[in-house]
Amino acid sequence: MAYSEKVIEHYNNPRNMGSLPKDDKQVGTGIVGAPECGDVMKLQIKVENDVIVDAKFKTFGCGSAIASSSLATEWLKGRTVEEAGQIKNTDIVNELHLPPVKIHCSVLAEDAIKAALADYKKKAGAEAPAAATVETK
Amino acid sequence: MKFPIFMDNHSTTPVDPRVLERMLPYFTEKFGNAASRNHQFGWEAEEAVENARKQIAKLIHCDAKELVFTSGATESDNLALKGVVEMYREKGDHIITCMTEHRAVLDPCKALEKRGIKVTYLPVEKDGRVNPDEVRKAITDKTILISIMLANNEIGTIHPTAEIGKIAKEKGILFHCDATQGVGKIPVDVNQMGIDLMSFTAHKIYGPKGVGVLYVRKKGPRVRLVPQIDGGGHERGMRSGTLPVPLIVGFGKACELCEQEMETESKRLGALRDRLQAQIMEHMDECYLNGHPTERLPHNLNISFAYVEGEALLMGVKEIALSSGSACTSATLEPSYVLRALGVGSDLAHSSIRFGLGRFTTQEEVDYTAKRMVEAVTRLREMSPLYEMAKEGIDLKSVQWAAH
Repeated sequence: MAYSEKVIEHYNNPRNMGSLPKDDKQVGTGIVGAPECGDVMKLQIKVENDVIVDAKFKTFGCGSAIASSSLATEWLKGRTVEEAGQIKNTDIVNELHLPPVKIHCSVLAEDAIKAALADYKKKAGAEAPAAATVETK
Repeated sequence: MKFPIFMDNHSTTPVDPRVLERMLPYFTEKFGNAASRNHQFGWEAEEAVENARKQIAKLIHCDAKELVFTSGATESDNLALKGVVEMYREKGDHIITCMTEHRAVLDPCKALEKRGIKVTYLPVEKDGRVNPDEVRKAITDKTILISIMLANNEIGTIHPTAEIGKIAKEKGILFHCDATQGVGKIPVDVNQMGIDLMSFTAHKIYGPKGVGVLYVRKKGPRVRLVPQIDGGGHERGMRSGTLPVPLIVGFGKACELCEQEMETESKRLGALRDRLQAQIMEHMDECYLNGHPTERLPHNLNISFAYVEGEALLMGVKEIALSSGSACTSATLEPSYVLRALGVGSDLAHSSIRFGLGRFTTQEEVDYTAKRMVEAVTRLREMSPLYEMAKEGIDLKSVQWAAH
């Protein structure tokens, strides 16, 4: 089982790896997954006038998970908040040629997008479910 | 250096050129069936087999007649467990084994449970060793077999085999040992260790894939088995089927080489392994050794790199062949059950890498591997939200994760 070229490409040259300031009102942060599962994705978006102008990711997970979240940030930039909500995990599977055993990585990426959008909307005033809650010790 | 570098010698080993050379004539010129009693081709083949038997017996200090050839350690384990249970069913129906055994022992145990056999899976201590007192405590008057491996394939931990053998002898219970990872690497003596049945295979000791052996004690006590493969009565009725003569010849030569070179080789590999460990762990924080620090196979290293996932790490060093305890690398998408049995958290199990050095590993390869591991871990930590959170002072155990 060799990795797909696209997955390797994203792994070697991840797009938009990094962080945006969490407390910025225009930034939505989604953290999904769990260390015990071997998959945690943090996806952040910066929104101006309803358009996602910047997106960043950090991922603890396999090559396919890293590629899925990297690809997600690529697709998010330039889309409106509504368009972003339409990204489906199957789009990611098709683009990266993910095998069946790695489909869950794309599902997690879709969850991360939705969590980031929800966080942004919550900050912007709308009612929405939160993603992971972090308590600083 | 030749790429890719092979540092996964627990999974398999290359055939030593000296072994291959010995095998070749038996494919083309001396190709007889060792069971053909009436002509030169058969006699030649039989002689080669008996010679190999002696070489293998010398390595483990048994009698050549006590060896039964099989297709590999998995078959040997099946023959030992099922063969003993079926033979001694009147005496009892309880087996004692360990949680960290290889699937080749655990799966036959599960199959036997379906047939009504009771199995105790002993836990291990944090360093991976089974406690002999726990073995003693688990024995009942229905126990007919104890099966505990010599050394673990993932973490290299060496069990207190001789102590377990002593307890088994004391209680009159047969002791089977899956010695696949230990034979040829550390000294093994079936008499000193009180072992009654022992499995091992050629392809972990620079021999060919496709052949293994089951040692079956003949005296003190005489162990009997119900054969699992019928058809001609080969191997004194215990395992029918034409013997793979070239593979057996290779197996014998591989054992002979191990016997001659074990002492120097284990010293060399131990030093290289320690060097690899030092070069990795001295350059990075939050790296954890899995398994016993000293009761360990000389060529094994198993380290968890916190905040970084195993498969991604392997992808980052893809010119080096290694293996991981991460769920993503397993066929079942479960993290290593061996690491879980040690009490290693799932997150660290996903972050583990196993290094298996071997006869052909060079110092250059070790130094290169250490350097690349540090690079890959550092890079992945930059990409890791967990590392970021940890650096911010967040206690990851307190986070409520939105798991899928």
